[in-house]
Amino acid sequence: MMNMAVPLPLHPATQAPLSSLPQRAGLGLKTEHFRQVLREQPDIGFFEVHAENYMVAGGPFHHYLGLIREQYPLSLHGVGLSIGAEGPLDQQHLKRLAVLIERYQPQSFSEHLAWSSHGPVFLNDLLPLAYDRPTLNRVCEHIDQVQNTLRRPMLLENPATYLEFRQSSMDEAEFIREVIDRTGCGLLLDVNNVYVSCINHRRDPLAYIDALPLHAVGEIHLAGFAEDTDSLGDRLLIDDHGAPIDNAVWALYLRLLERIGPTATLIERDNQVPAFSVLHAEVRQADELLQCARRLP
Amino acid sequence: MRQEAAVNTQASFASALLDPEQPYPAGLYCGNGADPASRFAVYRNNVQSSLINALADAYPVVAQLVGDEFFRAMAALYVRRFPPTSAVLSDYGHDFADFIGGFPPAASLPYLADVARLERLRVSAYHAADACPVQPQQIAAAMAEPATLGQLRLELHPSLGLLESAHPVVALWATHQGDGDWQAIDLQQGQNALVLRHDLEVEVFAIDAGVACFIHSLHHSQPLQVAAANALAADPAFEPSQALALLIGRGTITRLSPHSEV
Repeated sequence: MMNMAVPLPLHPATQAPLSSLPQRAGLGLKTEHFRQVLREQPDIGFFEVHAENYMVAGGPFHHYLGLIREQYPLSLHGVGLSIGAEGPLDQQHLKRLAVLIERYQPQSFSEHLAWSSHGPVFLNDLLPLAYDRPTLNRVCEHIDQVQNTLRRPMLLENPATYLEFRQSSMDEAEFIREVIDRTGCGLLLDVNNVYVSCINHRRDPLAYIDALPLHAVGEIHLAGFAEDTDSLGDRLLIDDHGAPIDNAVWALYLRLLERIGPTATLIERDNQVPAFSVLHAEVRQADELLQCARRLP
Repeated sequence: MRQEAAVNTQASFASALLDPEQPYPAGLYCGNGADPASRFAVYRNNVQSSLINALADAYPVVAQLVGDEFFRAMAALYVRRFPPTSAVLSDYGHDFADFIGGFPPAASLPYLADVARLERLRVSAYHAADACPVQPQQIAAAMAEPATLGQLRLELHPSLGLLESAHPVVALWATHQGDGDWQAIDLQQGQNALVLRHDLEVEVFAIDAGVACFIHSLHHSQPLQVAAANALAADPAFEPSQALALLIGRGTITRLSPHSEV
């Protein structure tokens, strides 16, 4: 078991820390909560925003984020870079990210192990990848490009998936380990995604977590899922960020903290966003578990 | 050869996502032996519904005018035909009004496309660049110089948008904000809309033809004198002072430049 005092490794090329978020619980910042956050200044470790929402010229989004950034650490989370796409990275998009990072100086920048664009078309979903050598090479090249352009390390998030590819030649954890070894990027470990994928693919979530490069975890995500059934009537979990965090995900989170010690943890809710107080209660719950993790040997 | 197979995978995946008639792409499986079609449907639904939701967020009044079911069916066709070409979705659906205008099932609501145009102006105004208004003293000083006043050009706030409609577009929009009475609207009466952002809020005004012409001229860098003459030609009752009071009161004038500077 790893102790809390172990610092994150430095990114080899830039010698920058993978993330400098506090070891606290943070919250995904929703526009409907801008004013309340500024008015009440809740005790929340950090806020996270989706980068693409702030790729606009001006107006209320920048106004409020600027004010909130003056008081809280910030995590910038991209959902549209399409790191796993077969085509080249969108240089315009990369430039827009660089501008946002320059403006808001976030403590962390993260993106997904997924693709979302094909040719000129943006599909607005995090789509699955075949885990084979050509994909691995491509993903590593793209991450190198991102880190070189942004001159900082990024965190890569493990995906929630519903299908697998026959052409895959390695499992997801092995793929992620290789990406992190080769690019020096960090891991954004989404515990909900772990649970959703493992239920969907009939795997053991804890065994999956143990196979990941846990030394590189720079941030944790917690969210809720929706539940459906597939053609066999089996549970099919959908990562919809539209529900409270499931007890099974909280339990898995605790097991993760036992392994890596307290780590910045984000509560994500993007659909059916409830009152701020409901999300704040989830933040407090995560903070309590982080407190417990500090007391672990 | 392996590379080629991989290229085919994302192309066929993307094309099947946007077209529900297509079978799911080859080479997929589920660990539990379930039919991959039921799992592929999750991705297809995510893509479709998230983009339809993006349109519904941008066009709430259009959605109310036609009802949710009609709106989602119409939006689904738009999404399939015009998927986004940027990961920045704030501008997605910028030409939805043109699509609506050419969508036969919506033809019974001839004003629908213009309501969509008004809603698009509102979204654009919301995210437009910031700019500081000119200080009132500076405007007062310029007004006190009759010799140069006519040649003055006014730069207007980046959020400003105008819409000339053959339909009562502002009144229709306002009844869905809880303002006004649907019964009182004369559907034969055209309206000019002015949209701008003031103190972080996007505002919508119905303005007279003369005011619309005046602001349109200023927006296209015409000097004050020319803008006022154009407006008077459009509407003999035009009063420049009223139009200027509106622009000044909303902090819409962001720069004054003498003719020689342009």
